[in-house]
Amino acid sequence: MKNSLIILTCLIAGILVGLLALVPRGVLELDPTLYALYALLFLVGVEIGANTRVWQVARRQRTKILLVPLAAVLGTFLGVGLCSMLVPGVGFRQSLAVGSGFGYYTLASVLIAEIGGKTLGVLALLSNIMREMATLLTAPLLARYFGRLAPIVSGGATSMDTTLPIITRSVGTDFAVISVVNGVVLTLLAPLLITAILR
Amino acid sequence: MQVLLFLAGGVFVGYLLRSRKNVLAVAERATTWSLYLLIFLLGISVGTNEAVVRALGRLGMQALVLSVGGIVGSVLVGCLVSRMFFDMRCHEK
Repeated sequence: MKNSLIILTCLIAGILVGLLALVPRGVLELDPTLYALYALLFLVGVEIGANTRVWQVARRQRTKILLVPLAAVLGTFLGVGLCSMLVPGVGFRQSLAVGSGFGYYTLASVLIAEIGGKTLGVLALLSNIMREMATLLTAPLLARYFGRLAPIVSGGATSMDTTLPIITRSVGTDFAVISVVNGVVLTLLAPLLITAILR
Repeated sequence: MQVLLFLAGGVFVGYLLRSRKNVLAVAERATTWSLYLLIFLLGISVGTNEAVVRALGRLGMQALVLSVGGIVGSVLVGCLVSRMFFDMRCHEK
């Protein structure tokens, strides 16, 4: 919980700094987020590599691991499909397409804007950013109340990179491999599902 | 997918250094701080993206409903899967 609050504070501080244009554009064009992400992933990698328990868990699960991304897909479709009835102006198919981003907002928004129109693209961007942020903020709570797979499936495609650190913090480094596999599978599925659903 | 190369590089380095006890502790601290930095930078990119800021009000609610739906749905199915196939409880403690 303390972690989530610090993260929320960082996020709000960042948004304010961005809104007030306190950072010169030139700096942002260098894409510091990308380098921060690289550094973060390298460090998470070191943790995984140095933790011998990680590989034991992965070896024990084998193909069962694939049930995790499957749960993420089925659950997302179920939830998003039901919610499409609550959202006026967005159809069932459009909702499924937005959900199929699984938090992978860069790709999902571009792809959906291309096939389904700009408005749907922005909706996909916002919805998938929110999925990532909500996972970052609630991962410890999800782990506590819905089990150790919960933050992983909630993170969706992001469980292999941006949400991986908070996931390993919440459920332990021994679940890192499951988290990465889940993210990789969903990252590959996202563009396939989006095009299949909207075409 | 390029990001996975950094992850793989880290795993390799971590594996080589696994016998040194303080490596894990140092990596954990550094991870926590770069996580905060990343979130801060993510916030900046949201704040400086006019299209996102302007659309926040109009499409924000729709997006919120859909993202909550996606998360709740997958968490519940994930819970089912962890009970049925992974011998894990959904409720810790």
